[in-house]
Amino acid sequence: MKQLIFDAVVIGGGAAGMAAALELDSRGNSVLILDREESLGGILMQCIHNGFGLIEFDEELTGPEFAQRFEEKLQTRNIQVLLKTMVLDIREENDHKVIYAVSPKQGMMRIEARAIVLAMGCRERNRGNIRIPGTRPAGIYTAGLAQRLVNIEGYIPGKDVVIIGSGDIGLIMARRMSWSGCKVHAVIEILPYPSGLTRNIVQCLNDFGIPLYLSHLVTNIYGKDRVEGIEVTPIEAGALMSEKAFRIECDTVLLSVGLVPENELSRNAGIEIQPSTNGPWVDSMLMTTMPGVFACGNVLHVHDLVDYVVEEARRAGANASAWLSGYRPEREIRVKTGSNIRYIMPMRVNPERENRLYMRALVVKNDARLDVRLDGTVVRSRKHAHVQPSEMLSLTLKPEELATAGRDSTLEIALL
Amino acid sequence: MKELICITCPMGCHLSIDSDERGELKVTGNRCIRGEQYAREEVLNPKRVVTYTCEALFPEDFSLAAGSELVHRVPVRTTNAFPKERIPELIATLRTLNIRIPVARGDMVIKDALGTGIDVIVTRTIALE
Repeated sequence: MKQLIFDAVVIGGGAAGMAAALELDSRGNSVLILDREESLGGILMQCIHNGFGLIEFDEELTGPEFAQRFEEKLQTRNIQVLLKTMVLDIREENDHKVIYAVSPKQGMMRIEARAIVLAMGCRERNRGNIRIPGTRPAGIYTAGLAQRLVNIEGYIPGKDVVIIGSGDIGLIMARRMSWSGCKVHAVIEILPYPSGLTRNIVQCLNDFGIPLYLSHLVTNIYGKDRVEGIEVTPIEAGALMSEKAFRIECDTVLLSVGLVPENELSRNAGIEIQPSTNGPWVDSMLMTTMPGVFACGNVLHVHDLVDYVVEEARRAGANASAWLSGYRPEREIRVKTGSNIRYIMPMRVNPERENRLYMRALVVKNDARLDVRLDGTVVRSRKHAHVQPSEMLSLTLKPEELATAGRDSTLEIALL
Repeated sequence: MKELICITCPMGCHLSIDSDERGELKVTGNRCIRGEQYAREEVLNPKRVVTYTCEALFPEDFSLAAGSELVHRVPVRTTNAFPKERIPELIATLRTLNIRIPVARGDMVIKDALGTGIDVIVTRTIALE
């Protein structure tokens, strides 16, 4: 079995993995990136639409362009990359970590690492996750799979399309399928507001006259071999209005009903997973419950913009490097979600350092106020003209703001 | 009267656009100046960046190895936002366009598309093994 030794191994070569690896390398660590695909870039490679990089590069790029800028930077450094390589197992042996991986070229590999950065991204929720009743015909895809088929493989999955869920990938696919000559009949959303970004509602639905049914549920899928139609039922005051149900004829159903961090590896390694994010529990250094194993990007929590993914990944890389040089936070303060906040990442802050926090709102709200309290005392209050669950909120706390923190202090963030 | 949702920022203001007797546009519902600019542009000259993937043409002397998973589509985009009413024409062109690989990011595949002065470029470098 081939044996390799590195200071740090990054699992996943998408936006997060590449950004973390660059940071680790620039701080003098030997770095290896492992990815199961044939190319670096992760999901960005099938996201051929524009809108990436406004924060990172101050211009609007497509997914492949964004990824390639990072890949080109990687090529100027001494960072090892193994593609078509599947990580099977992460283990702790004595004071180091061991990764078992396999690839067609190298066979089984045993890789020793002093630190690991998890950057495996996320996976789409599918029909089983949301339990849509009906038959099980061909023609039901997740939106991301359809995106891969159309943009990478060059297949059109169907002609008459209905999209379930108003997540961004579904909206982007509504436009993509329309441009490919398909008819998109409707987007069906269970919630009273869209889960995707407003710009995607406007440019991907309104531009094509595609109706968006808010507060509607798909209650049946018809068809024996191939999808023939779906049944849609309106929701009024929380109740299904069965007598108002109607049918839409279609041969293809795309699901855009949310993303889940892909943590099978982390779970098997015994790393604790947070129910609020489905990602690992992490401390102020983005370190998981397995010392020396860090997490960033969509495997940690699902982000709205790739620009935030790379910002977080750089931090994870820098922290992993600091940890390798022996840095340990002297103390950490517990972070608690207050009203209208679904989660805050990370779950600990370090009062001696600057802390960058990401969070998600639970509600759609205009003229909102974000209050940060340390043991009940407001240390920061910020106005927001508009908040919604589909857009992440971020906050940077300075050490001065945490100066009064004691050992058992709690930081609470609430949206009022 | 025309109704629009402003997409300049996440607020998503609902804009109404009216024209008075002299044909001057009047925008209401915006909470900032950018909303008015967006509405004017969107009514008078709407534009969108177009992205697409075209079929990849392999060199004639190139034989695909068994089990090879080389990319079969080349992603492209317009260099600027493209006049909205002419997008269907552009899409029709892109649908029949084959692109010979290898290609590099930024390679021009259509110069001055439909006489608009806007080019179509490749957005991903695709090399042959």
